[in-house]
Amino acid sequence: MIDYLIQNRSLLELKIGEHFLISIVALMIGTVIAVPIGILITKSTKLSQMVISFCSVLQTIPSLALLAIMVPLFGVGKLPAIIALVIYSLLPILRNTYLGMNSVDKNIIDASKGMGMTWSQIVVHVKVPLAFPVIMSGIRLSAIYMVAWATLASYIGAGGLGDFIFMGLNNFNFYAIIAGTVPVTLMALLFDGLLSIVERKLTPKTSADISHKSEKEPVNV
Amino acid sequence: MKDLRSFTHKICAYGTNWERVLLKQATGMEKSMIEFKNVSKVYPGNKVAVENINLKFETGEFICFVGTSGSGKTTCMRMINRMNIPSTGTILIDGRDISKVNGINLRRSIGYVIQQIGLMPHMKIYENITMVPKLLKWSEDKMNKVARELLKKVDLPESYLDCYPSELSGGQQQRVGVLRALAADQEIILMDEPFGALDPITRDTLQQLVKQLQREMGKTIIFVTHDMDEALKLSDRMVVMDKGQVVQFDTPDAILAKPANDFVRDMLGEDRLNRAQFDYETVEKMMVLEPICILENQSVAEAIQIMRKNRVDTLLVVDEEKHLKGQVDIFALDQKRMGSDRVGNHTKKISYLYNDTKIRDAIYYINDLGFRNIPVVNKNLVLAGLVTRASVVDKVYESYWSDYQPETDDAIHQVRPEKMPAMEDAL
Repeated sequence: MIDYLIQNRSLLELKIGEHFLISIVALMIGTVIAVPIGILITKSTKLSQMVISFCSVLQTIPSLALLAIMVPLFGVGKLPAIIALVIYSLLPILRNTYLGMNSVDKNIIDASKGMGMTWSQIVVHVKVPLAFPVIMSGIRLSAIYMVAWATLASYIGAGGLGDFIFMGLNNFNFYAIIAGTVPVTLMALLFDGLLSIVERKLTPKTSADISHKSEKEPVNV
Repeated sequence: MKDLRSFTHKICAYGTNWERVLLKQATGMEKSMIEFKNVSKVYPGNKVAVENINLKFETGEFICFVGTSGSGKTTCMRMINRMNIPSTGTILIDGRDISKVNGINLRRSIGYVIQQIGLMPHMKIYENITMVPKLLKWSEDKMNKVARELLKKVDLPESYLDCYPSELSGGQQQRVGVLRALAADQEIILMDEPFGALDPITRDTLQQLVKQLQREMGKTIIFVTHDMDEALKLSDRMVVMDKGQVVQFDTPDAILAKPANDFVRDMLGEDRLNRAQFDYETVEKMMVLEPICILENQSVAEAIQIMRKNRVDTLLVVDEEKHLKGQVDIFALDQKRMGSDRVGNHTKKISYLYNDTKIRDAIYYINDLGFRNIPVVNKNLVLAGLVTRASVVDKVYESYWSDYQPETDDAIHQVRPEKMPAMEDAL
């Protein structure tokens, strides 16, 4: 096993780099799209229901099928893989953003409005800071999905650690499978760990007590 | 609204009240501050929240909206800062139709306190207090000064500025909630059951605090509550609402004296009404109607006879037109020496009450100053009646105990004389 790793070290490093790149780009694009949409749809219940069910429909497409659909549209390589992953990342982020925004205490919103804050001031200064832990938990969930599903991207020639796993499957090379799987798992844990640090740093304090945890339980999809 | 704001800005942040009053008079602002004109609010599905409201509040008044839940009192209040938009009718503030001003600016110029407090949990107390000033882009120095001054007004230490709301007790949080509504020197403050969720002792202190701040700073406060005691205690005038309509709009005293209908009567409760009698009912309701008196032209002998017949020691002396002249006392009369003398020559001075004196004052004279009885006269000094200790007791009994019945009859006992054997037998 060790021998195998040493032999394929440079390839492994390359694939880890690719995998990391695909997942993080997809996650970032997904966040940039889904968070603003999640905020905007809180303006209308009807709209929010439509958008969320649309995203749920996207989520039900089997991942392999979605990747396959990307090929005739965008060809092979990293681009179609990233697009497919972005589509997958939308729902958890969007839904948590929406739920987070709506879970902010109605009385606080009422008070903010009553004091003369505009809609955007309420969003920026009140709703987003208070919904932040919930929004972050959506992003964290998405991040884990991204890392896991980026494995399949290898199927349409995007590279990444999936290459090792598929190679192992084709050649009955157990070591290759392990060499592909373990880094994926570790990477998922790393993403989650990093994002939880970001979350802790950015979540506004509600008490001078440093060990104080946010009162809101993260909502998982 | 812009004018109103620039006007409020003209006065330095915490000018004294009289300065403001002077300025108001100078600028002709001293007129009805808030006016509801035929205001109705109908929610979708034809649910009528309030119907045809017509009200006028003056500057500096403490107005309470009282009613059961669903009576439309909160809806009315929220229409003032356009948190609710009337379906029909107009609301004027300083003579200006508020539907024509920018809602955001309007709300920044009106303080807003809610029952659930609604402090921003992620902001420190300082940021919470200075929320509106910050929206109005005040300088940091000015906000700092205002926050410190305000905190002093409600007896909270300055160190609290750096605390988060979760570190304060409920009562302290609501103090900050009230301060937040005062911070931008708003003229009008809306309060929606602000003390409903607090314990009675904290509520009491906060009520006093708000009333005191209102007097001190000359704010117009619109206060919604379902607690009748709170409304009676705080308000200058109160609006009693039922099913979306104003049932009565008057001072607490006037409402206690004359509840408009059974609903108001029920809201007030019999106890409160009975107790309030002392405050607004006059001595006419409790006086003895035809006190024993004597004409000043009658003789001393006659006076003594009347006293003996009625078993009293003093008589009121009146003239032919029943004008009260004084009193005669049996100990000052001597039948032998002055039997045929005029009573008028032996009349002594007497204290009297006018017939519009309030019962509680009459009780004070009798109970605290020790008068045994006091005659009651009308404006022309014509004798109308007499208030005695007995009539006070009757009145108090009627108010507090009239429907009291002991649970059992075992409080009263009987003595049954035993038939003793005849004297002779005992011997």
